[in-house]
Order: sequence, then structure tokens, then C-alpha cells
Amino acid sequence: MSLTRLPSESAPAEREGAPRRSTLPPSEKRRRLRRQFSKENITKVLFVVPAALYIVLFFGYPIVKNVVMSLQDYTTKTFFTGEAPWVGLDNYITVVSSNLFWPSLTNTALFTIGSIIGQFVIGLALAAFFKRRFPLSNFLRSMLLLPWLLPLIVASATWRSILDQDSGILNRFLGTFGLDSVPWLTSPSVALTAVILVNIWVGIPFNVTILYGGLQDIPDELYEAGALDGATGWKAFWHITWPNLRPVVSVVLLLGVVYTLKVLDIILGLTNGGPANATQTLAIRSYQESFVNFEFGVGAAFSNILILISLLFAIIYLRANRRQVDE
Amino acid sequence: MKKRRLTTLLAIAAITPLALTACGSGGGGAKSGGDPDTLTVLDYYNNEPDKTLIQAAIDKCAEALDVKVKRETVPGKDLIQKVLQRSSSKTLPDVLMLDNPDLQEIAATGGLSPLSDYDIDTSGFAEGILDAATYEDEVYGLAPTVNTLGLFYNEDLLAAAGIQPPTTWDELKTAASALTTGDQYGLAFSAIATYEGSWQFLPFMWTNGGDETELETPEVAEALQLWVDLVDSGASSKSVLNWSQADVKDQFVAGKAAMMINGPWQIPALAESPDVKWGAVQVPVNEIGQTPIAPLGGEVWTVPVTGNDEKQGKAASFVECISSDDNQLELATQRFTVPTKTALADEYVEAVPTMEAFTEQVANARSRTGQLGEEWPEAATVIYTAIQLALTGQASVEDAFAQASAG
Repeated sequence: MSLTRLPSESAPAEREGAPRRSTLPPSEKRRRLRRQFSKENITKVLFVVPAALYIVLFFGYPIVKNVVMSLQDYTTKTFFTGEAPWVGLDNYITVVSSNLFWPSLTNTALFTIGSIIGQFVIGLALAAFFKRRFPLSNFLRSMLLLPWLLPLIVASATWRSILDQDSGILNRFLGTFGLDSVPWLTSPSVALTAVILVNIWVGIPFNVTILYGGLQDIPDELYEAGALDGATGWKAFWHITWPNLRPVVSVVLLLGVVYTLKVLDIILGLTNGGPANATQTLAIRSYQESFVNFEFGVGAAFSNILILISLLFAIIYLRANRRQVDE
Repeated sequence: MKKRRLTTLLAIAAITPLALTACGSGGGGAKSGGDPDTLTVLDYYNNEPDKTLIQAAIDKCAEALDVKVKRETVPGKDLIQKVLQRSSSKTLPDVLMLDNPDLQEIAATGGLSPLSDYDIDTSGFAEGILDAATYEDEVYGLAPTVNTLGLFYNEDLLAAAGIQPPTTWDELKTAASALTTGDQYGLAFSAIATYEGSWQFLPFMWTNGGDETELETPEVAEALQLWVDLVDSGASSKSVLNWSQADVKDQFVAGKAAMMINGPWQIPALAESPDVKWGAVQVPVNEIGQTPIAPLGGEVWTVPVTGNDEKQGKAASFVECISSDDNQLELATQRFTVPTKTALADEYVEAVPTMEAFTEQVANARSRTGQLGEEWPEAATVIYTAIQLALTGQASVEDAFAQASAG
């Protein structure tokens, strides 16, 4: 509460204090003060305060708390007693030396790279496809957003039954072509692929929407001029579309990476990290340590490692953006 | 000028909710305090029919004790997080329901008060449930009814194949193989990578003399071998790796499994498909002469430390009332669970004959946390990981537990 009162309270306080020391004529003083604490300035500050408060409360506090937590032995007892002994870097040592750390790091990388490539390539193809107008194109494009509108829990539960080995519709479908049923979610060698495929499906609408927007911004004159010089089809794509789309592509890819790194619900819903830990990622480890094993310190350590990786990509993104502005 | 004042006002209006969230203690909900005659209750029976049945029991006890009750229900998976939040904000309810394997974890935080503080008689209750409710020699909660696991079988399918319900592992394997035809598997169970998978494995492990304190033993390996055999022979689907117990029930109801390992809480759901005629027996044993030992499931009612002695006393009487003989029989009959007072078993089986196998099973059932207490979650994780490693062929039955416990 005190934080929020600061700006409005400080103004009257100084207005009272000021006259005592001053030697200036009262009228001049008032004018100066008015300049400093004019309604306009106060208003400006007030407009910044909500945003600043929001960032401090909802970003600053959780991150600091998470870092602190990862340095403590934070368990269920802590909630009642408020005591969490400092353990230094012990939680990080537990994390890095656990047998599941490297596999889950590898899985996180494979999951992210696989998802991003799939989402982007299919997303770009669909965006380019919808660039030309045809009957019902708008309707079909809005239908594409459907996966985005579906709650992820519902989506993963549906996919789980689609991918069921015996009665799943996908294996039944493959069976009509005489193909063997694939153990999508029950074989450790296939499960990660299955989870990536579902995540690609989830991510396509985002990619299509942004890339479609980017394509709309490329002036038609460029294509007309290109066509005169013989650049059509693939040539037009490589020499006109791609270079003009690059800023949008970098946004899509980097946001995609940050979103995909932290994916939790889809994997939890589909495999819960199984079979035989084949789909464990850093996000799943963090969730399970915190909310299944109640080792909140270890869970926080896992999520901080994840935040660090995301941060790395965020920095790349910001630098890339700055370069574009400089150019 | 007027416009400017308006913007200032708007800015202030924008801040206010933030300030309020910062100050508020997340009020609302069933926290203790306020009216001395109102008890707050927190439980996870948020689905029908349990929600209404438990409400009736709560109302009855509220009337008997002449108190008002404010009840809050949350989804099962959210309960522990809710309890932890409430303990840190010192807003625990007067009466708290916990899943029995979680009790010791919460009791260890110091957030619950022992029932001996209120001179509550805990004799006559089945030993298994008291073990689960005991932390450092003090009983912290009482359960009106409990559940466990058994073997459900499809009467029509077994009769058609001329097969009696199996009582030993060999019979189980033979029967399951014989009942596997076309789309239909012989047996369904849950070997999912959650505590559910571990819970389903326990009757086999315990019956064979295995123990969670020492998992790398021949007895435990034999039990795991049974599951591996069932899946490798094709008598059980590979999908058991990803089936929850609800999925297992769906397979059984759809006629895609002739038998299943499951609990009596599925009986109301089975009743919705009256064309599936089923029976239930105790979980088969490895060798004739062994006693089937299954894990004990069910919820215990506890009295959190709220700092208000008078209300804690009333809450304790409430817990005592909810697990009284009358309530036990009534809840057990309605919810297909088993009374926790062993003396009530005969009367209960007479009233609900379908529950006979489960009632016998409960008499010898063990609690998951009886031996390991707060360490149980770690053992449970090792168990389901080992099951998954063995069923996917990533580790041999002998190495599975060693590999799983390595972490």
C-alpha cells in the first residue's frame, strides 16, 4: 500500500516544507514549484507507476523469490513454519548430478528444435498458400485458429486417445493401409516424436497468423516488378518474399523458442514424462520436483536453469532487433 | 483542466486494484476464524455423487454438534497446494480432509493437531488406516471409510470361455491369455508413470512378500516379472504404460478387457453400463497359501492447528462424528467403500454383498506410508519408474529397480 501512495503523498509534503527556507518572493517560488509539481508532471509519473508496479509485483518478485528459493531447503514444512534453511548451491548440485538432468536437457533441445522447425515450415507454407485469395479462404484461415482456441488440457486429452495404440483413430487409419500400429505413447523411442508432432499442431496457428501478417505487408509492386524481370514462383519467394519477411521470421522463431522451452501441459497430458522417462524435459522436471515430490528448492533450481536458457534467446532477440533498427 | 483531472483520476483508478491485491490476504474461502459457531471444512469431493453424499454426512454431524458448517471443495490434484498456501497465510480450515498418504507429510509440517489432545477414542479402527494416520506415535486423523484394489472380471466373457476367476498368478496368466482374442485383452491394469502406477503394483509386490523399504529383492522382481509376462505375451495391452485407472475402467466397460485391476470407487461408473455384468475377487496370489495384501486408499479427516482452541475442540468432535459407526455404514453403502471399524465388516457385507471381496481385502490391507512416512513419494517414484523401464524393455526385471533408484 505504501508504495502506491508515494507519488500523490510526496507532492503536498514538499509544498508545505518548501516555504521555510526560501528567500525568493512568494510568487516566484510558487511558479517554480508549480513547474516542478505541475499536474502534468504528476500525471506523467502516475501513468508510469501502474506499469512499474505491475512489473515489480508480477515479474520482479516471482523471479527474485524463485532465485532465493533455489538456494534454500524449501519443503512442505516451510509453508507452515516459514523456515527455509540456506543450502547454498546444493539444489543446483542435486539437479546437475541427477541422472535425469542430461537426458531431460537433450529432450528439451530436441523438443524445441523439432517443434520450431515443424511449426515454422508448415506455418510458412500455409501462410503463403492463404496469401492468394480464393473462395472461402478467409473462412478456412479462421478455422486454422481452432487449435489455438482449444484449452491445452482438452487438446492433449483428445490427442492421447487419438494416439492410443490399440483403439486410437490414428493407428486404425494407418491400419487401413496395411501399416503396423505405431506405439505412439508407449514406446520410449517414439514417444518424444509423438509429443513433438502434437506440439507442432498446437503451434501452427501462431506461426500462420504472424507470418500471414508479414506477407500482407510486402508491397505487391515488388512482385509485379519482379515478374517483369522473370522472378516468379520459387525465384519470387527467395528473392522477394524471404528477404522482406526476415524481421517477422526472427520474431516468430525467437518467441517460438521461448514458448516451446516452457511447454508443460501438453507433455503432462500426453505422457507425464513417460514412458520410462522418455519425454522428461526441464519444465517437467521442475514441475514434478516442486508439485509431486514437494522439493520446491530443487524445482526452483530446475526452472531457473530454464529461465537462463530463455534469457539467452531473449538477448539474441533483442540484439537482432537492435541491429535491424541500426540498419 | 477538467480533462487533466480526469486522466489523474483514471491513473489512480488504474493503481487501486493493484494496491488492493497487494494488501489483501486472498480472503474468501473456507478459512478459520469469525463466527465461533461456524466450522470451516475443506475437502476434495468436488464431483457427484460424492459431493452430495459427503455433504449429507457433514450436515448430519453439524446438526448433532449444533454448529454451522461452511464447506469448500477443490479438485483432488489441487488440494495439497491449497493446504500449503493456507498454512503459509495462517488460514487453515477448522476441519481438513486429506488423502491418506499425504497425512504424514502435512503432519510433519506441524500444521495438524494430534487427536489425543481431544481425548478421541481411536480403538476399533483397522490397523492399516491408523498406520497411515499416525505420525511420530500420534494419530492425526480418522477415516469413516476406505477403499482398496481387487480383480474385476466380466462374468459373461469368463463364462463363455469356461474360466473361473483366477486366484493365483499362474491362473491369472492362463486366464488372461485364454481371454485374449481379437480386439479383446485378457487383463487391463494401470502402469502409468504416476503414483497410480505404483499403487496398482503394490498388491502384487506386497502379497509376494516384497517391501518398499528394500525394493531390490527377488520378491519384488517376481511381481514385476508377472506384469512383464502379461504385457509381453500380449494378454495385456502395451498401452497399460499410459492408462490411468479411469482408462482401465473404460477398457473394461467397452469389453476390450475381460478382467481389470481396479477399485470399488469405479462401481458407480460400472453401474451406468448395466449390460456389463461383473464380479470382483481379491487380487491373485503368487503361491497358494499367501494372503493377498492390497494398499489402502481413502481419505482421513483432520484438525489443523488454527490457534483457536475452542473451535479446534469442536472440529475434533466433528471428525469423531463423521467417522461414527452410523456414518461409516451409511457412507460405505452409498459410496461403495469399506467401513474402517473392523467390527462393522459383517453387517456391511450383509447389506452390500458385492463388496465382500473388497471388505476382506481391506482387513489385511496396508497403508502406503505406514513404513516410510514422508519418504513414501520417493519410493513410489522409483516403483513406477522401474515398472516403466521393465515394461518398455529398457531394463531387465532384475536391474529395473536399481536403475530407477539411481535417479
